[in-house]
Amino acid sequence: MGTATAASAGTPPLRDPQARARLGALMLALVVLWPMAVVADFRPSALFDAASLRVMGGFLAGFLPPSTAPDFLALLLRATLETLAMATAGIALAFVIAAPLAFAMTQSLSVSRIGPAPSGRRWPGRVLRTVVRAVLTVLRAIPEVVWALVLVRALGLGPAAGVLALAITYGGMLGKVYAEILESGDTRPARALLEAGSGRFAALCYGLLPGAAQELASYTVYRWECAVRASVVMGFVGAGGLGQLMDQSMKMLNGGEASSILIVFLLLVLLADGLSALLRKVLR
Amino acid sequence: MKPGASFSAQAGRGRSLDRFTGWAVLLLVLLAVVVSFVYLAIDVSGLFTGESLRAMGRFIAEFFPPDLSPAFLARTGWATLQTLAVSALGTLLAMAAGALLALPASGRWGLAARQAARFVLNLLRSVPELVWAALMVLAAGLGPFAGVLALALHTAGVFGRLFGEALENAPIAPERALREAGSGATAAFAYGSLALVAPQWVAYALYRWEMNIRMAAVLGFVGAGGLGQMLYFHMSLFQQAQASTVIGAMFVLVFVVDAASGRLRRAMAPAQG
Repeated sequence: MGTATAASAGTPPLRDPQARARLGALMLALVVLWPMAVVADFRPSALFDAASLRVMGGFLAGFLPPSTAPDFLALLLRATLETLAMATAGIALAFVIAAPLAFAMTQSLSVSRIGPAPSGRRWPGRVLRTVVRAVLTVLRAIPEVVWALVLVRALGLGPAAGVLALAITYGGMLGKVYAEILESGDTRPARALLEAGSGRFAALCYGLLPGAAQELASYTVYRWECAVRASVVMGFVGAGGLGQLMDQSMKMLNGGEASSILIVFLLLVLLADGLSALLRKVLR
Repeated sequence: MKPGASFSAQAGRGRSLDRFTGWAVLLLVLLAVVVSFVYLAIDVSGLFTGESLRAMGRFIAEFFPPDLSPAFLARTGWATLQTLAVSALGTLLAMAAGALLALPASGRWGLAARQAARFVLNLLRSVPELVWAALMVLAAGLGPFAGVLALALHTAGVFGRLFGEALENAPIAPERALREAGSGATAAFAYGSLALVAPQWVAYALYRWEMNIRMAAVLGFVGAGGLGQMLYFHMSLFQQAQASTVIGAMFVLVFVVDAASGRLRRAMAPAQG
């Protein structure tokens, strides 16, 4: 929008028919932005403050060369393995939380939707589904870092808090998406089974899973990839792994260590990307 | 269900993996899970013994009742506003930087510039916001401004790629027509291409803004202002009542943003086709 106004000013004989409206919108935006900039303490001059320039300069100068001290590398390897293990264990627990909740919530296994139940009561199923939906929403509404911060206070520093935090948030996400996948596929086989008098679990196994298993599995693998990234971040609040190591290096302003960790982190994310793409290709 | 979708599902099942590979993958995944738990030495069953459950119960009970005194609510409200302002400014800065980087990334200034821009964008994008925030706290000092910069840096990487792809996919005829009619390069871009991609850019920006509001709420953990900094502060002092008020505010913020964006998306959907 700004470019457009400037361009029209450069060619006076040609008029932008919308110039006035655009100028108005720009002014309105500035009026809204000004208080925001004040609230957010927006002062670019802080970047060029002598003291912070010195701190940042020294820190960045330490980035090259990355630290390769043998005992630090051993520490780095341990933190990397811990990060991978946290992501895997967290997703496994999340699956344990999500699978039964999705099973209870999905509409395509609802017996009461097929027709009037013998007793004529439809509300117990509906109440159960609403409660489960609310539980899943609460689980995933709070970011995993917040859960990690709270759980570190309860369980102490270390990966246990991170694993539980991942399990809670990702359990909520997986549960919701599982239920949606089960509802979006072909639900006629399950319905036929239910109408023929089969149980809900049998209808899930023989009616829904054959069509939906690949999509469910590939979404779970994708979430594992996200969990690797998230477990790095959670380390910043003390939940173990690469993040905790990076937090320590940054607090000590050790640029060489920080750059080594960043490089390993980027490689790890690339590796997780590749592994997850490979697994999803095998699954398809 | 659409007939086309069912057809493609059938085709997919035709070349599905054979039984042996399936079992092997499943076994490997289970093995990885077991190894992870053993490596982390997490005693899962120990978490559910009477003693640790009681300790957990006591810990949760400390969060209730939340601190609802007017003075503290006012401070929480202020921090919520700050979180919103940080996310909005961060997203706007990212739009500006992303638009600038999208020009070379879409390949209109040659192959070398395109590769260089893509490298920068990948670098910006693959460092998480929280890590950028920790770095920016060093560069700009404690406070919300560091959060603005952190969000802007990460999101600029995302926008640069998305905006660049939108530019590449836009038809070039309008811009070329303007150029051939004698208009300047900037005007031709602004009225030929920018006008075409602007709705898409704005849609991306709104979507990312929604994500950034959530992110801004936690950036404070490393000292970048807003609700996160408050939560971190009160958790460090073991003031659970205050912490639970802040968590409640995060909840409300996420729900309001979710509802608002859902409404906005429904309202905008027909216009975008």
